[in-house]
Amino acid sequence: MTAIAAKPMREARPSRKVTPRRRISPAQFAVYFVALALVSLILAPVVYIILGGFRSNADITTDPSGLPTEWHWENYVDVLKGGTFWQEALNSTIAAVGTTLFVVVLGVMAAYVLARYRFRGRGLMYGAFAAGLMFPMTVAITPLYILVRDLGLTDNLLGVIIPQVAFALPVTIIILVPFLQALPTEIEEAAFIDGCSRLGFFWRMVIPLSMPAVITVGILAFIASWNSYMLPLFLLSDTEKYTLPLGVQYFASQYSVDTAKVLAFTSLSMLPALVFFSLFERRIVGGLTGAVKG
Amino acid sequence: MATLNETPLTGANSSAAASTDGGDAQASSPSRRRRTTSWRTRGEIALLAGPALIVFFAFVIFPVAMAAYYGFFAWSGFGPATNFVGIRNYVDILTDPDFHQALWHNIEIIVLSLVLQGPIAIGLALLLNRQLKFQSVLRVLIFVPYVIAEVVVGTGWRLMLATSGALNDLLTKVGLESWTRDWLSDPKIALWSLMAIITWKYVGFAVILFLAGLQGIPTEVMEAAAIDGASYWQIQRRITLPLLAPTIRIWAFLSMIGSLQLFDLVYIIWGQYVAKVAGTSTMATYMVVSGRGAGQYGYGSAVAVVIFFISLIFALVYQRFVLRRDTQGAVTGGAA
Repeated sequence: MTAIAAKPMREARPSRKVTPRRRISPAQFAVYFVALALVSLILAPVVYIILGGFRSNADITTDPSGLPTEWHWENYVDVLKGGTFWQEALNSTIAAVGTTLFVVVLGVMAAYVLARYRFRGRGLMYGAFAAGLMFPMTVAITPLYILVRDLGLTDNLLGVIIPQVAFALPVTIIILVPFLQALPTEIEEAAFIDGCSRLGFFWRMVIPLSMPAVITVGILAFIASWNSYMLPLFLLSDTEKYTLPLGVQYFASQYSVDTAKVLAFTSLSMLPALVFFSLFERRIVGGLTGAVKG
Repeated sequence: MATLNETPLTGANSSAAASTDGGDAQASSPSRRRRTTSWRTRGEIALLAGPALIVFFAFVIFPVAMAAYYGFFAWSGFGPATNFVGIRNYVDILTDPDFHQALWHNIEIIVLSLVLQGPIAIGLALLLNRQLKFQSVLRVLIFVPYVIAEVVVGTGWRLMLATSGALNDLLTKVGLESWTRDWLSDPKIALWSLMAIITWKYVGFAVILFLAGLQGIPTEVMEAAAIDGASYWQIQRRITLPLLAPTIRIWAFLSMIGSLQLFDLVYIIWGQYVAKVAGTSTMATYMVVSGRGAGQYGYGSAVAVVIFFISLIFALVYQRFVLRRDTQGAVTGGAA
């Protein structure tokens, strides 16, 4: 069985009906009950963080698990008014957008070569990228830090972006290659007959046609960068350059007595990733489906 | 030198070529119709694949190789590494009780991750694969913890699980006062708290993978079984689960590798020193504390190499005995 299926991805939606739909039966009631319990379990910590930001510290101390009795907007307002949050959000955005762009551009180009050119060493090149999956950042972090330091890129977002791109390339390429291979040969032949060069075909046909897969890998890279912690922890020591994850941790230790404000800061920092994810959820699930289907 | 011949892909290999070996076997494929200037082709390959290869080798392969090199030195990270100590770092690591403890925690985390997340995720995937109202909403929600940053998760859970935190308060309120614990600092419980957080955070990833796998199972098989009178549970047990097995094996592989590398959550929740006392240290936190934290970059690099080889052994053994029939490298993302 090949786990990497060469199929363009579709929206993830099961068309299967194991049990035909009826009026609500006890079994179905049980299913909904389990689903509801599940949702509460998943959401409780998130809700705790968001609601906690609306409470006062005295409230949190005397009644840690209570709901807000009166709504204190000032925690959120304070965080949003202060420059720190915006600076860090901007840094995170630069890092994430930069990483995503580079990963997508470099990944599509390399995947196109692997998918559509026949040359000696192709198997080796694919193997190298596939082996890259075996090198998580944890293993390379110490020399990576030294390398980036020697390049003079510590406390520079570029120093975070480039290694992130490098470590995201294997996954990106492995998802993209089968997708590009699945583009029908007829299109390519037709383009060549019409006098299109290989590179011209790449720009005019491959890029537009591979958009669904590109968006999937782009989202994965964006979220991974947005949440990335270990690399910025090693490379960024200037608080001006902090990304949000480092900022949250710093804020939490700086204002350790002001729990409410920490919670407000924390919930604001997770918002962008959540919004981004819910906008593109279909794509992610669809992309993974394309990649894992047996 | 390499003769580069440009053979357009024929329809036949377009799907099979997706597997990893591809390359050289097809280079000698019979259809050599189009044979334009090979230099031009070579140029195109270099132009397109070059940047990715350079970045990849410079920032992935090179640092990993350097870790292997620095591992033989006692080195504080500044100036050239000159104090060659041979395998002393490795001897120190492998005889350090702290490292043994960390390794043992990693193994516990691997086993508990598989045992806890596997059944839960399979159950949820089967549940979400039924016709449900709000199905798409549920799918989004279940993935939410996976999307939230480790730092946010860690900060939130640390506050909730603190001795005077929300969980203990809630337990007291509902009359379960005897259940309250020092969730994070009691060494008997801390690892279980960590497992609860890991399960909460990563089970969504497993569910999404399994849902994807379930969609690859042809409907006809189930319909045939249903017509033959098989019950829902019989169908799941006899048909769905066996057909889902390849996906489960791949997930288990990803989960194992992720567990071996676990760093963020532990480091954020327990901080660098408490983790050891609370019994949640991992090889990665050991590496950061004893390497960068102590200014011993040579030693830290050696720990990285040890982690790498332990991961490699796990991966090879798993590939050899479990994944054999599936595929290599069908990996789509990280998970612990």
